[in-house]
Amino acid sequence: MTTEYALEARGLGRKFGAFWAVKDVDLKVRRGSIHAMIGPNGAGKTTCFNLLTKTLQPSTGSIILNGEDISRLRTSDVATQGMARSFQISATFTQMTALENVRVALQAGKGTAYRFWRPLGSIAHLNTRAMELLENVGLQDSAGVAASDLSYGKKRALEIATTLALDPQVMLLDEPTAGMGHEDIEPITELIRKVSVGRTVLIVEHNLSVVSSLSDRITVLQAGQILTEGNYAEVSSDERVIAAYMGGVEDAL
Amino acid sequence: MRIALVLLGVAIALALPFFVYPILLMTILCFVIFASSFNLLLGYVGLLCFGQAMFLGLSAYIAGYLLKTTGVSIEIAILAAALVSALLGGFVGFVAVRRTGIQFAMITFAFAQFVYFMLLQSEFTGGEDGMQGIPRSDLFGVVDISDSRTFYYFVLAMTALAIFAIYRVIHSPFGEILKAIRDNEARVESLGFRPERFKIIAMMISAGIAGFAGALKATVFQFATLTDVSWTVSGEVILMTLLGGMGTFTGPMVGAAAIIFLNDELAQFGEWALIAQGVILILVILFLRRGVVGEAGALWRRMRNRNKG
Ligand SMILES: Nc1ncnc2c1ncn2[C@@H]1O[C@H](COP(=O)(O)OP(=O)(O)O)[C@@H](O)[C@H]1O
Ligand SMILES: [Mg+2]
Repeated sequence: MTTEYALEARGLGRKFGAFWAVKDVDLKVRRGSIHAMIGPNGAGKTTCFNLLTKTLQPSTGSIILNGEDISRLRTSDVATQGMARSFQISATFTQMTALENVRVALQAGKGTAYRFWRPLGSIAHLNTRAMELLENVGLQDSAGVAASDLSYGKKRALEIATTLALDPQVMLLDEPTAGMGHEDIEPITELIRKVSVGRTVLIVEHNLSVVSSLSDRITVLQAGQILTEGNYAEVSSDERVIAAYMGGVEDAL
Repeated sequence: MRIALVLLGVAIALALPFFVYPILLMTILCFVIFASSFNLLLGYVGLLCFGQAMFLGLSAYIAGYLLKTTGVSIEIAILAAALVSALLGGFVGFVAVRRTGIQFAMITFAFAQFVYFMLLQSEFTGGEDGMQGIPRSDLFGVVDISDSRTFYYFVLAMTALAIFAIYRVIHSPFGEILKAIRDNEARVESLGFRPERFKIIAMMISAGIAGFAGALKATVFQFATLTDVSWTVSGEVILMTLLGGMGTFTGPMVGAAAIIFLNDELAQFGEWALIAQGVILILVILFLRRGVVGEAGALWRRMRNRNKG
């Protein structure tokens, strides 16, 4: 099961009506690498993630995880197969505490989740692991706080802890720093670097300094199609990229 | 503190039939169970079932039919009716559970209307006249509990059992997944769960407990009528839950008690009961968005935080 690429997409496409949000995307994510996907708003990055995790059904193409075709699996099965994601829009269980949030993920794939006649004490043994995961992202002091009462940066950290609870081989992160202030971006970047050790990470990110510091390889998406691919130096010097994307960003800065 | 409160509650519950008409108390208890079963779905899974009365009414007829035509003891009749109700809940869930929000509500509503129609047409229900003369058969086939005050204690014990069952479900590993689905279903799915399975099981449990309430109610009144299956009851249980506080454990119980008590008080004034319900609903929506118990809890937390500094 040690294929060179942990995740591959072949000819991946998705149509909404007559509009191709993603078209002919061929993607290879090398095992153990951090691979970034960038592109202007509406380029189709989130749609790509939704296709890869089968949240959306692809119109064309196939998805290969660890050498196996997962194109026909359910979203929940994709997670069980070792690929987990985070969402662009903050996705915590708002009325539950941070500890409970992580513990939900720890119950995944276990028979305990269906035991409606058992007291909560029966899963108390998961608390130790849940606390470890919270500590890992610096949330040990917020374990008992409802997710809705956490600061924005802490919510995103909680999401990462929840995703990590699945111990995924492949992790898809959709704009983990979106909407964050400067003071939060640095720690979350370090956190991603830390948790990506021993895993394969595909990350959508707008902040180019985060992209340049984290990623081994970058795919640029524009209007649903791949514009180019390479390392940061190659991509950032590409004329078309500068015109389509980077130029725009630099203007904005 | 908590234990003292519970003990006080138990003492009051035991003494009440000496001061209040037992039938009224038993009606309240049946609706306490019924509203709590509804709140299990709305408050803890985020599913608005606008047809909860189908479980209440169908079970009332089934329990009544069993008690009238067979010699089974009362607890068997009630459990059998609850089981059939749970199966109906599972079937409705199977069809409806992929939909959310208003669509889910409408599908459950359609099912309830269908059940109403079936029961209206069936012979065994007595149609418009309802089913009369349901006996209070002996408990376990030997203990005579037919006297009103004795029967009250039986209903009280059954209520405690049902409420404990709901408490268990909410505070279980399964219950945690339900709450997670309520908060963010897509996220639960992305973590590797099949939310629809959890929702179907929750529907079965909720329907089973609602059916338990209906069967109990049939033995309290000793008759079953189409009113129990009607959409006004499905609506009333929403009002009870919102009034008490959805997603709070005790809220629906308080709401049920308040509405049944009020209906009883206002019954002599005819339409006034309905008007009062309307006014209460408006007041709750405007001023008590978390319901009586929800607002009280929020107030209590605010005061405690202030005292802490
Ligand atoms: N469910 C949908 N139905 C119709 N159009 C959609 C849907 N999801 C995304 N789109 C469209 O697809 C395009 C790509 O969106 P998205 O993948 O969210 O872009 P990005 O994440 O790169 O900003 C956008 O034009 C968006 O409007
Ligand atoms: Mg996006």
